[in-house]
Amino acid sequence: MSYSWWPWAALVLLGAYHGVNPGMGWLFAVGRGLQERSRRAVLTSLLPIAIGHEASIVLVVIAVSLTEQFLPPYLIRLLAALVLISFGVYKLLKPRSHPGGFGMRVGFVGLAGWSFLMSTAHGAGLMLAPVLLGLPVYGAFHNLRELSLQAVAAASLHVTAMLLVMGIVSVVVYEKVGLGILRRGWFNLDLGWSFVLIASGAITLFTAV
Amino acid sequence: MATTLLRPDQTFYPSPRMAAEAPVETLAYMVTFDPTAKTSDALVTLDVDPKSKDFGKQAGRVEAPNKGDEFHHFGWNVCSSALCPYAPHPHLERRYLLVPGLRSSRIYVFDVKPNPKQPKLVHTIEAKEIADRAGYSRPHTIHCGPDGIYVSALGAPDGNAPGGVFVIDHDTFAVKGRWELDRGPQQLAYDFWWHLGYDTAITSEWGTPNMVENGVNPEILLGGGYGHKLHIWDLPKRRHRQEIDLGAEYQMVLELRPAHDPSKAYGFVGVVTSLKDLSASIWVWHLDGDTYKVEKVIEIPAEPADADDLPPLLKGFKAVPPLVTDINLSLDDKWLYASAWGTGEFLQFDVSDPFKPKKTGSVHLGGIVRKAAHPKGGPLNGGPQMVEVSRDGKRIYLTNSLYASWDEQFYPEGIKSWATLITAKPGGGLSLEDGFFSEFEQRTHQIHLEGGDASSDSYCYS
Repeated sequence: MSYSWWPWAALVLLGAYHGVNPGMGWLFAVGRGLQERSRRAVLTSLLPIAIGHEASIVLVVIAVSLTEQFLPPYLIRLLAALVLISFGVYKLLKPRSHPGGFGMRVGFVGLAGWSFLMSTAHGAGLMLAPVLLGLPVYGAFHNLRELSLQAVAAASLHVTAMLLVMGIVSVVVYEKVGLGILRRGWFNLDLGWSFVLIASGAITLFTAV
Repeated sequence: MATTLLRPDQTFYPSPRMAAEAPVETLAYMVTFDPTAKTSDALVTLDVDPKSKDFGKQAGRVEAPNKGDEFHHFGWNVCSSALCPYAPHPHLERRYLLVPGLRSSRIYVFDVKPNPKQPKLVHTIEAKEIADRAGYSRPHTIHCGPDGIYVSALGAPDGNAPGGVFVIDHDTFAVKGRWELDRGPQQLAYDFWWHLGYDTAITSEWGTPNMVENGVNPEILLGGGYGHKLHIWDLPKRRHRQEIDLGAEYQMVLELRPAHDPSKAYGFVGVVTSLKDLSASIWVWHLDGDTYKVEKVIEIPAEPADADDLPPLLKGFKAVPPLVTDINLSLDDKWLYASAWGTGEFLQFDVSDPFKPKKTGSVHLGGIVRKAAHPKGGPLNGGPQMVEVSRDGKRIYLTNSLYASWDEQFYPEGIKSWATLITAKPGGGLSLEDGFFSEFEQRTHQIHLEGGDASSDSYCYS
């Protein structure tokens, strides 16, 4: 599996998925734009949302990289698998978890904090764990610096993909399509996402044994 | 779990503008109660499809398992605010009606999905749970919020102040607790709503349970002791921000109707009566810089009357107070409706400029002295009271009772209850022609419409 392209593709695809998902940020950007009647307000909302998302993911990246230093690969995979499966089951039982204390008029820091909590509650970073473990650097001899660089590159690639898609969707919805699209196109992916989490946990488990 | 499988609940609309284009309602839900507490209160469904042969007639009825609840206001588990970006849950279904007993403090949860005409009781929140978890009693207004179901309560379990707001989980119907983290000087409670676009909540004041449950108390009233303030809150921080005193002369500051457009920070509130001349009034609150201000924009004068025609409470005044007890605002924020329950008048105002309302329509139904008839019925008593406006703004639903113990003071002969539909003419004006008029055994109170109406939903996008 080493030196294969699939982890990078998966990172981009997951980023695009988070970019399209209204609950992960673009809708907040459009809502702020409509409130202020300004496209600028849409665009300036994207950066804090991306920062919050990146922060949530980097936590997982660091956790994976650090444990990699102390634990044998099969144990990390086992651990990641267990976390993924139990989180998937939790999301199955309680699909809606929204952070309290936020409103429409959050500032830059508030928006980044909101995005961090939403991404974390969604399991966005956890979902990247098996992908990170599929990166070539984890398969070969390495040092922590090399590992961290590649891990941060991975997270950034993911967030860049998200930011790009989120930016396009929010501007197109704000300028052209209108929010009526929500009623037609906001699909219920809660159930699917739970199963994806569980499935990737299962695959990770399989690769661990 | 009550979620849609694919798309968001199709009764949710991002903005009030889009909601105004919703399909015409065919069913209405109305609560009725027995003031003698001998029979159980009920949730009644009305056939409001103009094409139906049973237009305006009862289509179903489900009784509460207890007696003496006094059904009053009620609301949905979720609504269009589920699309708000900071706490989205677009796939929860609008299918449960939460119906509080204003006297018993129970809240019944009815499921309208399996058979919309015959809702089914699926859950009961007991008074004890509300008292234990939130410290409140006498639940009144229900609003489906972005992150939970918000309920206002008139007071504490002992019947005294403070009243306030508590939150119910929209997945489990568990009482999550008291909403206020810092209530500041606020003690009295009644209605509440919000400007979601400004993270601002507003609450109004009636009186504590002990001040209202045995009827209006003339001593408290003449002493200016009923509520006369508005309170402005930081909604996400759950903190009191500002108290606005309308003056003790203005007694009972009740229904709050903020602009539906979340980019607008103004709204209307009705005041039942003035101690100076028994007039009723409607005020506008509005954001001015960092603080809210309020000003009176409509005054409805009392009508002189013969003492012999008046109930004991009013004989000394030789006048009928208009008693504005409910108001409602169309989804386009253009038309304001007001019920003058005492004089039996229902009024329409063009509020395109909220500071300069223009009176555009008026009909008379009932009234303490006038007892005006409906073309489809004889002389009526009670008066227009609870108002509900359809999402397209064309149909207005009215019922005629206020609150059991107060009904007896103003209409001592006993209220004969009715519900009626009147229509708004395009460009202004009201008509009794195309609507219905139906009478009911039990007292009628709030009406909500299938899929939402002008007082059920709030929006995060303008």
